[in-house]
Amino acid sequence: MNMIVCIKQVIDPEAPPASFKIDPSGNKVVPPAGVSPVVDPYAEYAVEAALKVKDASGGKVTALSLGSNQLRDIVKKPLAMGADELILLEDEAFDGADSWSTAYALAMAIKKIGEYDIVFCGREASDWNAGQVGSGIAEILGLPSVTLAEKIDITDGKAKVQRKTDEGYEVVEISLPCLITASNEIGEPRYPTIKGIMGAKKKEPVVWKPADIGVDAAQIGAQGRHTKLVKLFQPVREGKCEIIEGEGPEEAAANLAVKLREVKVL
Amino acid sequence: MAENKGVLVLCETKDGKLASISTELLGGGRKLAQDLGQELAAVLVGSGVGNLAQEAIAYGADKVYVVDDPLLKDYQTDSYVPAMEKMVSQAAPQVIIMGQTSIGRDLAPRLAFRLKTAASMGCLELSIDPSSKKLLQTKPVYGGNAQAVFSTESFPQIATIRPKAMAPLAPDQSRKGEVVKVDAGLDAAAIRTKVLEKVPEKVEGIKLEDAEVVVSGGRGIGSTEGFAQLEELARLLKGAVGATRPPCDNDWVPAGAQIGLTGKIVTPELYIAVALSGSSQHMSGCSSAKTIVAINKDPEANIFREARFGVVGDWKKIVPAFTEKLKELLAK
Repeated sequence: MNMIVCIKQVIDPEAPPASFKIDPSGNKVVPPAGVSPVVDPYAEYAVEAALKVKDASGGKVTALSLGSNQLRDIVKKPLAMGADELILLEDEAFDGADSWSTAYALAMAIKKIGEYDIVFCGREASDWNAGQVGSGIAEILGLPSVTLAEKIDITDGKAKVQRKTDEGYEVVEISLPCLITASNEIGEPRYPTIKGIMGAKKKEPVVWKPADIGVDAAQIGAQGRHTKLVKLFQPVREGKCEIIEGEGPEEAAANLAVKLREVKVL
Repeated sequence: MAENKGVLVLCETKDGKLASISTELLGGGRKLAQDLGQELAAVLVGSGVGNLAQEAIAYGADKVYVVDDPLLKDYQTDSYVPAMEKMVSQAAPQVIIMGQTSIGRDLAPRLAFRLKTAASMGCLELSIDPSSKKLLQTKPVYGGNAQAVFSTESFPQIATIRPKAMAPLAPDQSRKGEVVKVDAGLDAAAIRTKVLEKVPEKVEGIKLEDAEVVVSGGRGIGSTEGFAQLEELARLLKGAVGATRPPCDNDWVPAGAQIGLTGKIVTPELYIAVALSGSSQHMSGCSSAKTIVAINKDPEANIFREARFGVVGDWKKIVPAFTEKLKELLAK
């Protein structure tokens, strides 16, 4: 199995909510001071999905990441987890992309890689939560796709994918090559082993520029957007929490019950 | 000026009826169509779904497209995308809205890319810009830390909407509308997937997403036994129990109880948050609850910034006393 996993470097979504700030320009987020970026947690599930297939059926896993200023110690994490290769699409021309220009650039890079059986993506990314890049890549490359995968088995040259649905799950058989987006039910991403970390240190990523993947400059980064960000804002929290007091916790609890009845919440 | 006109709602079915998300979208779509001064259309895609056309009209559609084909019995990307592509090219709507469901989440982006347009997923609100008459799509980003308003330059403008973000109209069975049959024009050989089985989730009691009251616990609950106390409270209020991620990872509750960006989204009347800090990841799954009540020993916890009412203290003392008092009050 030749597998490609799309990953991304993002602002740590676990950073304290109080550290979250929007740039005065009103169209981007200021990275919180002193908080290191991370590999997008959703993408880590995709890495885990690929590594599970590799564990079961063997093969090669290539991580592919798009962005500028990618910190090597961060984006090498998939290598430390067990991926074989890392390709970075790194150039400022990729900045300001939306799902369209991201999917287009990634699809062109995947085309250049050439040989693959499965392309993995997270179900969305933790920054813009767009949830479209996986399906977009599949559409551009003309691949069949299954989204929201919880479990993947490879048999007889096909993939059997357990897909999360609103009612429970369904099992979908899909021909290869295909694209699969991983949901968090795929299982906790494995921790890098010491050996993995040492191995990743020695491995240098391959860096591709827009010209290397033959993209049309008008279709990447901010230029290639199909969506316009009209406004980015932090919803105003009312912050009007009424603290119910009492002589000790039990009385406060009883007072809360009375209050909820009074205001007809219950 | 663009030739695309009107609002189109993808209607999903459940147990032989319109799914609740679809009646909600028809309600919200009706308002958008009015603001545009255009028509509201619904599309029913599936096998044997034509009999629901009148129901869609009753809930607000002016016109219903029926794309009925045995190959559309199960949702599959390779059958629904071309069927919708064909139907959309015929109807040429300005706006297409779908639910943020397992179907909408798969179909909307792929259809958008096929039509060379863009989608916004998981929107909370849609409105029409009064000057440009374009659709403005508001959705949570950065795990709920912020919200973004998007617009697309190309048509149709596609958006998926979270459950319970819009309200259905009261159905009016006397409403009249037009029903148009569209041939799906599918080629079975071009469908590269096969649905082998569908397995419904086992839920004891009320489904989390449907519950009017949700009692949710965080890491501070500490054990399965702790969650049993939250279940007692939930049972009393005819609600369901939810959790943040740590209790699910520790198997104190089933994985299906997780609420948040990586779990379920709930919009109950009352959300009782017990021993959870209120991280944005978690809040993005419950911040649309009508009333949030917080019980936490840390007065600085973020949850108190989100809650309407709160008690500061040890949940182990507060929850039993709260449950007892409620039993007494509800018995009256």
